[in-house]
Amino acid sequence: MAIAMPAPDQSVIAKRPEIIAAMKEIVAPECLIDDQEELSAYDQDALTAYHQSPLIVVLPETTEQVSRILKYCRANQVKVVPRGAGTSLSGGALPLGDGIILGMSKFNQILDIDYDNRCAVVQPGVTNLSITQAVQHKGFYYAPDPSSQIACTIGGNVAENSGGVHCLKYGLTTNNLLGFEVVLMNGETIRLGGKHLDSEAYDLMGLLTGSEGLLGVTTEVTVRLLQSPETVRAVLIGFDSNEVAGDCVAAVISAGIIPAGMEMMDKPLIHATDDFLGCGYPLDVESLMIVELDGPEAEVDYLIERIEEIAHDCGCMNIKVSTSDAERENFWAGRKAAFPAVGRLTPDYLCMDGTIPRHKISEVLQKTDELAKKYNLKVANVFHAGDGNLHPLIMFDSNEPDELERAEAFGADILTLCVELGGVLSGEHGVGVEKRDLMGTMFTEEDMKQQQRVKCAFDPESLLNPGKVYPQLHRCAELSKVHVHGGQLRFSDIPRF
Amino acid sequence: MVASYASLISRDFKFIMTENFKPETPEQVLELVNWAAADGHVFDVSGSSSKKAYGRSSETANGLSLSAFAGITLYEPEELVMAMGAGTPIAEIHAALQEKNQHLAFEPMDLGPLLGGSPNGGTIGGALACNLSGPRRIKLGAARDHLLGFKAISGRGEHFKSGGRVVKNVTGFDLSKLMTGSMGTLGVLTAVTLKVLPAPERTRTVLIMGDDTSTAVQAMTAALQSPHEVSAAAHIPAALAARSEVSYIAGAGTGVMAIRVEGPGPSADVRCEKLRDLLAGFGEIQELHSMNSAKFWREVRDVKFFTNDASSEKQIWRISVPPASGADVAATIMGALGGEVYFDWGGGLIWLALDRREDAGHEIIRGALKDGGHATLIRAADAVRANTPVFHLQPGPLAEITKRTKTAFDPKGVLNPGRMYEGV
Repeated sequence: MAIAMPAPDQSVIAKRPEIIAAMKEIVAPECLIDDQEELSAYDQDALTAYHQSPLIVVLPETTEQVSRILKYCRANQVKVVPRGAGTSLSGGALPLGDGIILGMSKFNQILDIDYDNRCAVVQPGVTNLSITQAVQHKGFYYAPDPSSQIACTIGGNVAENSGGVHCLKYGLTTNNLLGFEVVLMNGETIRLGGKHLDSEAYDLMGLLTGSEGLLGVTTEVTVRLLQSPETVRAVLIGFDSNEVAGDCVAAVISAGIIPAGMEMMDKPLIHATDDFLGCGYPLDVESLMIVELDGPEAEVDYLIERIEEIAHDCGCMNIKVSTSDAERENFWAGRKAAFPAVGRLTPDYLCMDGTIPRHKISEVLQKTDELAKKYNLKVANVFHAGDGNLHPLIMFDSNEPDELERAEAFGADILTLCVELGGVLSGEHGVGVEKRDLMGTMFTEEDMKQQQRVKCAFDPESLLNPGKVYPQLHRCAELSKVHVHGGQLRFSDIPRF
Repeated sequence: MVASYASLISRDFKFIMTENFKPETPEQVLELVNWAAADGHVFDVSGSSSKKAYGRSSETANGLSLSAFAGITLYEPEELVMAMGAGTPIAEIHAALQEKNQHLAFEPMDLGPLLGGSPNGGTIGGALACNLSGPRRIKLGAARDHLLGFKAISGRGEHFKSGGRVVKNVTGFDLSKLMTGSMGTLGVLTAVTLKVLPAPERTRTVLIMGDDTSTAVQAMTAALQSPHEVSAAAHIPAALAARSEVSYIAGAGTGVMAIRVEGPGPSADVRCEKLRDLLAGFGEIQELHSMNSAKFWREVRDVKFFTNDASSEKQIWRISVPPASGADVAATIMGALGGEVYFDWGGGLIWLALDRREDAGHEIIRGALKDGGHATLIRAADAVRANTPVFHLQPGPLAEITKRTKTAFDPKGVLNPGRMYEGV
């Protein structure tokens, strides 16, 4: 574990029996886990290199219980780590030894499906996919589709502002929400939005989305439902270099086409997935792209023809258009199995998550290759080419001395490169623990202090998911000081109007 | 002589003398904010002041205009990204995008004429500060969904930034959302980066004639539940339709419901046909093509139906509700207060014009929102806005976190104090 978490507060750990007794006053006995063996099920999320047993796990069933738990924890200075399904790839739900895990798994009901207003009101523990499953018979779906959608929960999606492969056209979680109920660290419950759009006032819903569990705990979420597209078709295009593939992405968008999804895989990944599934990918190409079009049939057919023309003009090596849903699913099969396919090749891997301006893709892949040589580790790349989100999969063996450290250093170099090229550290997995210490590559000290002042407004004692996102926690009293330099206008030449 | 002016303008005497500043660099903004924080002055932060009459009437303040922060600094059409100074005129942005067949998909409103000013006067900073979006909101999102990143100066007198130039980004808190719609109360935006999108190749608008609002909302709901990718849905009752500059609409002699489809040529045509079939039972059907269609949707976007002379004294409300409840909410309000309305966003956005009342009818209007919703007083005389909650009042805990958020950025209340809420 290269990244250090805050030292646990022994005085809180000493109060464990007292905290357990207090929680028993709030939740039913079966909603409290304090047995060490059972607790081990919660000691990590999907960032498996990091683990820590929590003090206890509490599984509230009502908003009122969440409120009482947070109020107690604030009064008694007990840290709280909220958790959905624990699928975070950045360690967002990594427990703290002196903190409780607030598991939201009992909040698993879809409360209201309102087709006339095209929305659903759900509890945060509902899985992403189950929303679509509940409404698809009426021709609707919920658009964001992170690859963990079978397991990940809406509450977790809100916390991480999850994306998926269709973000370019349909946006991320934040673009698909209408309302929230959220409990703040002081135990107060606020409602934001509803079934209507754009309430005036500060957009706290937008602020809380992607805040990685640092600002509040959602207890109810209203999501937008979209009409399922009439037709979905995909095109599989092979290129003899990543550079040509990158140019083709730019050419498609310059032609005014916003595909539902545009995915690129590099050669190592093409071979890994084809070995795994035998999905029939062309093996003579350096780069493979899946372009998916959805919408009215007339539009999809028309755009596919245009994309074929563009791909030929770009000098693609081969191109295949799906003629059935089965064939389209086959195009996707390899891409969707990218993680297990790489998992077969290596005992361990790290999945990175940077975003770059699209046209930098070949430069990033080339430099990633150089870094792979430097660190003597293998890497395969999947890329949400439409929105510039890159997922290098760094392969390593944690049983070998220093390989985890090398893999982490390699990943950090890739993310730093993303920032240098005008991109960001995280596209959809969140900063969490994993990228926390890299925040300084993107933000100045003043930028981060301003963000932490927002944290102070919501949680002045930093009890909610501390140790995540921000490398250094300043005390709120220190942050709130105003350093006045003024008193006089030195710029006597500032123009007036 | 400025230093001596400044020393005169203490908190007690600020009503005597205020100044209007037009800084040209972020350092100058920083200096001004520091000066104000130190000496207890306040700023009325603006772009071009085209929406000065919107919001709560604020304290007497020094002016801080961002109009010198104008100009597009980066435009990469194939990356769908444009960066610019916060004071860049919207008109300049539209023109640059048009050259590359792109647009701002959230259709920023031009409130100039409604608020008694001239058209096309707004800046991008002002559009973002108000987060008011046009008819396409229902399909492609609000202004807040298109701000990728920004640079600003907080009321603490510090530079800060958030976001970046890419769409997919969860690196730190999403302060872009918080800044959008904060009406300049948290920070002075100096530079912004926006997501831009290809402009549709073809636009078609299906019109269904009829004055009954309940039927219209049902028809709009049916259109929006279809897979035909409707990008706007509005209903204009007869009296208002007659004020349109589009002859088809003005001459209809009845109310008009309009459904817009956009996209590649063959797709827009086919969907238009399918919508005509789908909606045939709701009334007589006609169609608007490119020019007229664009003109009509600008009228809907900019509330043109309430900018005629006869409407100039009316109080204007913008009411956002669950779309299927639009007709009922409007009927309840009009039953008590009279007035005129039209609907955008498939029934979810009600524009209401009322005869002048001292209380602007705010209790009745907000009382009608039993299924949830939000009402904002967009236009009323200063005296009315001084005594009426322009924005929806917030319940205690929400008001408190709003104040604490303000304090996190602007503890001394230097920037647009009171523009949204008292004490914020």
